[in-house]
Amino acid sequence: MGRKLLLEHAKVPGIRHIDTYIQHGGYRSVHKALKTMTPDEVVEEVKKSGLRGRGGAGFPTGMKWSFLAKPEGIPRYLVCNADESEPGTFKDRYLMEYLPHLLIEGMITSSYALGANTSYIYIRGEYRWVYTILVEAIAEAYAKGYLGKNILGSGFNFDLYVQPGGGAYICGEETALLESLEGKRGNPRMKPPFPAIKGLWQSPTVVNNVETIAAVVPIVNEGGDEYAKIGIGKSTGTKLISACGNIKNSGVYEIDLGLPVDEFLNSDEYCGGVANGKRLKAVIPGGSSVPIVPAGLFYKNIKGEDRLMSYESLSDGGFASGTMMGSGGFIVYDEDQCIVRNTWNLARFYNHESCGQCSPCREGTGWLVKVLDKIEHGKGATMADIDLLWDIQRRIEGNTICPLGDAAAWPVAAAIRHFRDEFEWHIKNPQLAQSKNYGLVKETVYQTV
Amino acid sequence: MYSNHPSHSQQPIVFSQEMLDQSQEIIKHYPEGKQKSAILPIMHIVQKHFGWVSVEAQDIIAEMLKIKPIEVYEVATFYTMFHLHPVGKYVLEVCRTGPCMIRGAEDICKYLEKKLGIKEGEITADGLFTWRTVECLGACGYAPMMQVGEHYHEYLTPEKLDNLISDWKTK
Repeated sequence: MGRKLLLEHAKVPGIRHIDTYIQHGGYRSVHKALKTMTPDEVVEEVKKSGLRGRGGAGFPTGMKWSFLAKPEGIPRYLVCNADESEPGTFKDRYLMEYLPHLLIEGMITSSYALGANTSYIYIRGEYRWVYTILVEAIAEAYAKGYLGKNILGSGFNFDLYVQPGGGAYICGEETALLESLEGKRGNPRMKPPFPAIKGLWQSPTVVNNVETIAAVVPIVNEGGDEYAKIGIGKSTGTKLISACGNIKNSGVYEIDLGLPVDEFLNSDEYCGGVANGKRLKAVIPGGSSVPIVPAGLFYKNIKGEDRLMSYESLSDGGFASGTMMGSGGFIVYDEDQCIVRNTWNLARFYNHESCGQCSPCREGTGWLVKVLDKIEHGKGATMADIDLLWDIQRRIEGNTICPLGDAAAWPVAAAIRHFRDEFEWHIKNPQLAQSKNYGLVKETVYQTV
Repeated sequence: MYSNHPSHSQQPIVFSQEMLDQSQEIIKHYPEGKQKSAILPIMHIVQKHFGWVSVEAQDIIAEMLKIKPIEVYEVATFYTMFHLHPVGKYVLEVCRTGPCMIRGAEDICKYLEKKLGIKEGEITADGLFTWRTVECLGACGYAPMMQVGEHYHEYLTPEKLDNLISDWKTK
């Protein structure tokens, strides 16, 4: 049984309300930070904790915070990225829905550390009921004196607002999010300057994921060193994983980083195994942007070692045989699923969500959909189309302002890398492929590309 | 005079006092001079009230925020939640992305098409329903699912859809 640093009280009746939340130890970190610590000491604890960004990139949070420029007389901002839109990911929604005050507490403590007097939670527009939960919780926090002027007599003034998005995956990219928060189209910005220097309204800004900000609460309460004891290597602490697809128990789980993937997928405490007694075909462990891996490479790396739920272990082997931790959107595919159809579906997603700013992404994602549609729907594809797909994705990757281009390229590359025979089967049997799925890969095809 | 293009309202658009008050409250969230940030929140208020966001409503938003109309148009056309043409009273938005697809989202769409007798994006003759597909709504573990207004309906089945639709018809 793993520790629950974030979700321990998620199912306590009434925990959405501040009184119940405080009864269960809530807002302790605000008291501790504002009354006994300097802002720099809070940053130091976060650095010691080894906490890494939980939105997908896994960048060390303490380091990101230390980049924040602090010129005199210019406001600084903390912006919480709650634009959770990565297919397979629904962990932040769960956290905000059940524990709105945990996020608010994290925002207060983190903003104190960064010297921000106004902060925003940018939440995807579709999570409207969660928006309402947060707005109500913020009103409670104002009434209790945790928000507003001179919080707990510390002299720290802090206002917190929730901003709804309008339906755009791209706004999960931090500079697109800032553009959107400024009331513009969500087109990512050229970097540098990074948001830490020029962010929201050209002021120094830190953008952090919901789960990252929530994790600051136990880090301040227990100390960074205690937090760093959990996990393995550079993957410290706990991580929320949203599990979906063909599994018995879909849902959001808090795990200690370093849990064996076998245990996570197959034990009843977590996913409970593949549903309906089917066999496992493939897994996308970190949201749809990370490479899909076949069952064989999922359980063990190519050295034959057990894979663990950690940043390092999941990416062991690079893209040739590994994948990524990503956002923790864990999607499981059973033997009946068609990899070509899934790849076409995801390519359509990225094409739909491309902001259109960079040609390789705008045009390339469209081409990926066209070619995949031809293969999937038996419209006269040839073997050369597989190479064409490979060529297109290669020309998108690394050639765009933001990582959406990479996110569109990687799933296609990984599908071809590991399931090329399934693509070939579709092309050779265009009629049959309309009514029947290819099934399981005969043996794991491993090739270095 | 109003244009016949479907993005224009055929009736005069007037914001109620409540909508104006809510909008002014939102503008206070931002530093002075940064009121443009209120575009998205105000468009949500407009869509909730009128069901969609007409060009006329966008012009009013531009006036309220003291910005050019094009600054609202370019935002309205970027974000996919806003209906820029009239839609049914209930808009059924079914998630079509990977995790929902492998749990039967395509069958849900086929069922809706047959049940409502309209194609994606159309409005039923009684003006009650529109259905369309959307990309990932963050409910992957509870698939298949759809969003209707401010609510998510998860673990969809044909029976569940039948019940929801008959409820909406009698409301």
